[in-house]
Amino acid sequence: MQVNRRQFFKLCAGGMTGSTIATLGLLPATAMADVRSYKLLRASETRNTCPYCSVGCGILMYGLGDGAKNAKSEIFHIEGDPDHPVNRGALCPKGAGLVDFIHSPNRLKHPEVREAGSNEWKRISWDEAFARIAKHIKQDRDANFTEKNADGVTVNRWLSTGFLAASASSNEAGWLTHKFTRSLGMLAVDNQARV
Amino acid sequence: MTNHWVDIKNANLIVVMGGNAAEAHPVGFRWAIEAKTRNKAKLLVIDPRFTRTASVADFYAPIRTGTDITLLSGVIRYLLETGKYNKEYTLAYTNAALLVHPDFKFEDGLFSGYDAEKRKYDKSTWAYQLDEKGMAKRDDTLSDPRCVINLLKQHVSRYTADVVANICGTPKEAFQAICEHLAETSAPDKTTSFLYALGWTQHSIGAQNIRTMAMIQLLLGNMGMAGGGINALRGHSNIQGLTDLGLLSTSLPGYMTMPSDKEPTLDSYLAKYTSKPLADGQMNYWQNYPKFFISFMKAMWGDKATADNNWGYDWLPKWDKGYDVLQYFELMHQGKVNGYFCQGFNPVASFPNKNKIVASLSRLKFLVIMDPLVTETSTFWQNHGEQNDVDPAKIQTEVFRLPTTCFAEEDGSIVNSGRWLQWHWKGAEGPGEAMTDPQILAGIFLKLKAMYAKDGGKFPDAINSLSWAYGDPHEPKPEELAKELNGKALADLPDPKNPGQFLAKKGELLPGFALLQADGSTASGCWIFAGSWTQAGNQMARRDNSDPSGLGNTLGWAWAWPANRRILYNRASCKPDGTPWDKKRTLIKWNGEKWVGVDVPDFKADEPPGSAMAPFIMQAEGLGRLFALDKMAEGPFPEHYEPFETPLGTNPLHPKVISNPAARLFKDDKAELGQHQQFPYAATTYRLTEHFHYWTKHARLNAIMQPEQFVEIGEELAREKGIAHGDMVKVSSRRGYIKAKAVVTKRIKALKVNGQLVHHIGVPIHWGFEGLTKKGFIANTLTPFVGDANTQTPEFKSFLVNVEKA
Repeated sequence: MQVNRRQFFKLCAGGMTGSTIATLGLLPATAMADVRSYKLLRASETRNTCPYCSVGCGILMYGLGDGAKNAKSEIFHIEGDPDHPVNRGALCPKGAGLVDFIHSPNRLKHPEVREAGSNEWKRISWDEAFARIAKHIKQDRDANFTEKNADGVTVNRWLSTGFLAASASSNEAGWLTHKFTRSLGMLAVDNQARV
Repeated sequence: MTNHWVDIKNANLIVVMGGNAAEAHPVGFRWAIEAKTRNKAKLLVIDPRFTRTASVADFYAPIRTGTDITLLSGVIRYLLETGKYNKEYTLAYTNAALLVHPDFKFEDGLFSGYDAEKRKYDKSTWAYQLDEKGMAKRDDTLSDPRCVINLLKQHVSRYTADVVANICGTPKEAFQAICEHLAETSAPDKTTSFLYALGWTQHSIGAQNIRTMAMIQLLLGNMGMAGGGINALRGHSNIQGLTDLGLLSTSLPGYMTMPSDKEPTLDSYLAKYTSKPLADGQMNYWQNYPKFFISFMKAMWGDKATADNNWGYDWLPKWDKGYDVLQYFELMHQGKVNGYFCQGFNPVASFPNKNKIVASLSRLKFLVIMDPLVTETSTFWQNHGEQNDVDPAKIQTEVFRLPTTCFAEEDGSIVNSGRWLQWHWKGAEGPGEAMTDPQILAGIFLKLKAMYAKDGGKFPDAINSLSWAYGDPHEPKPEELAKELNGKALADLPDPKNPGQFLAKKGELLPGFALLQADGSTASGCWIFAGSWTQAGNQMARRDNSDPSGLGNTLGWAWAWPANRRILYNRASCKPDGTPWDKKRTLIKWNGEKWVGVDVPDFKADEPPGSAMAPFIMQAEGLGRLFALDKMAEGPFPEHYEPFETPLGTNPLHPKVISNPAARLFKDDKAELGQHQQFPYAATTYRLTEHFHYWTKHARLNAIMQPEQFVEIGEELAREKGIAHGDMVKVSSRRGYIKAKAVVTKRIKALKVNGQLVHHIGVPIHWGFEGLTKKGFIANTLTPFVGDANTQTPEFKSFLVNVEKA
């Protein structure tokens, strides 16, 4: 007698106990029930570091997309890296919400400009953004760059535009920021460490 | 941190003061709990609030905000008067025995050399007595009254238990217990680890808060020891790295200083910063300054930097004063600034006196935002009712908002509090058209360079000379930039010990900063990062977590600056004769030829024990400084100054000098300081467990956990003001107001101070007019626009407010 799992439970509910049924030889030939397969096993795993506080907890990011052409990568789960000597797999309530940071509806998606006096954002292309910003820089720099101070000392500084550097961007971005700002002559350069 | 997170487990006493690690650094704080459970350590918390850190402490003491120097100076007095400090360490490894300039003095709240008009000191007497060779004089018998330790004794003699109780509001018995706990760790086999954060830095006397603690650690012999040290729990994930990279107005990478207009030539600059020894036989490591600087210049300008053009010295801007953010927003407020870039930074929420910040941004011609998220800074021109009451039509600032990728969408390294550079990998593409920061910077830079090439303009020399040797100029890769930071040999570097051999061949990545040269034959963007990406590969990506010593120095995990060293000053973990102070904590030892150990020795490798060389190798005299010479703005010894908004209206120690006499205060900001008669309550801002700064209000899970803005008020004050738990209240300072729900709590008690009762109001910072939480007010609407005299870090942690039912 072939009894699948659902029928098996129906029979049980019909008054007989399961063990009686079993002794009657009515056990299902193959159990159709299965523990749902562990999804993370089929995800791509990427190691990263929590971007919040300075403990620097190791994290494992699990993503869709295996690198195949046209497969779109997307992180769907993040947990603590158990090999990491500091956090040993743990995350705090801040870090536990990291996947919601990545997918926040308030992530910015394309360049925009708010024109002087306007009350709205206008979408622009990267090329327009770079060109307009570079033009602003050049105008201000050419108008206000100081080559020599009152004593005739070469100072080559540009004080009328400033740059506030990030607190979570990588060292590599930080180094390029240093090169960018200093080569323009900027001195009003600061980062979150100031406050 | 001089030490690192895992090392906290080695401490016998953990003092959390000026921080709240359990809530702000929860996972790192597990190592304090580990010390308690495995090492039977005691945890001591000193804070105006009974925080979650306090809730698991063995001992908690309340303190009035802004009075930490008083309490810690009281501890120093106790240690010196009872003799409970590590005398051998203090004599050999600190400047206790050195003699101070005969004209140095302290009187009525001021040190010698004060200029009241400029609010600055002439520091010429804040110096050692020098012998004919220019070396500091010392008296090892400590009998000369001008010995540092004798002057220190005299200086702290005023900080009795009564004075501490009167200024701090800390009960005398509690203060006594703190002193006794700390004194126990003066034993060579016991250590204290101090954990602090923004609760110490964000004061007009922030740097001296930290210094006072560092002096205690020197007296107790805890510097350089496993389980000791001074441990800054930094606030953001790469604030350490961006500081290491010199992204501060007058800094260069690796803690070098940007040239000023007082050093018109390369020679005058190098002469100023190349350290000259103050004692015989010292390592005096900053004597290598020219090697670090010229290697930096080669990384900046590449082949264009030559000996003939002084390595491009004229291409670096020269400062006349520091343009820190308070100074710069003051200039912006005066209409003297036209453009501003905010890269992953939200000054409307993060800087003091939010209304001044918004008014300042409104006077810009253009503002460029680079951020993964919507920030209040990007929408400062929008009207959000009471929370941001502006008229967009009157704001002429052109605002560009550029979407950046976030951590998950890029490769790169960040530096944690323990100075570990950890590499991370990209797991997904950014949303929409988001670009990485390097792509955006390259996009703007290359456009600009092309405009200068086509149209000419002011001083294009530095722009044209900037080294930009990237495979794709529009997209400098993280690996390319990381290798540039590490540095490489630009010529074969001969090995002086083995003729015919080379330490590195031309083009090779450098194994460490010891190879850097001052003749242009090496390049390194940041000398302290040299060794992070070598010929052997990316050291920051290493993942060997083995810990053979059991002390937690996982030398194979990631890479720590400098030189993969995990505990700074570790030579001081051994006595002068080379034996460890505590065998269980042996970090390094002398094997007859060189220093070896479970950490990278912080010392000249082949300098035998018993020589004159002292362990603090970056100092000109090799010693830890109980007397800071001219390095601090407001004095070589710490002194108690009240917050600029003090609930007392006076300084009980010296009523004529109430607050930090060397702090900078702009005229319009002075007019916006409140007085205790109108604003009677001491307020302080802080973070919560569930939120990170102004970011996680955009993350749904965190927004659900802490959805609505609140302030904390003690039960006594709430009763007095008729405020019930859950009422809306209006909290106002001289600069503005916020409205929030009241949490009435037993965790903030009124303190008896100088004959009056001082109430504290707690203001968590995490809300704003953008985000997935309920909209809230920017907490920094309330805070004052005045900073520490050394760092210009704003006084967010001590200001005055009034509170009433809304």
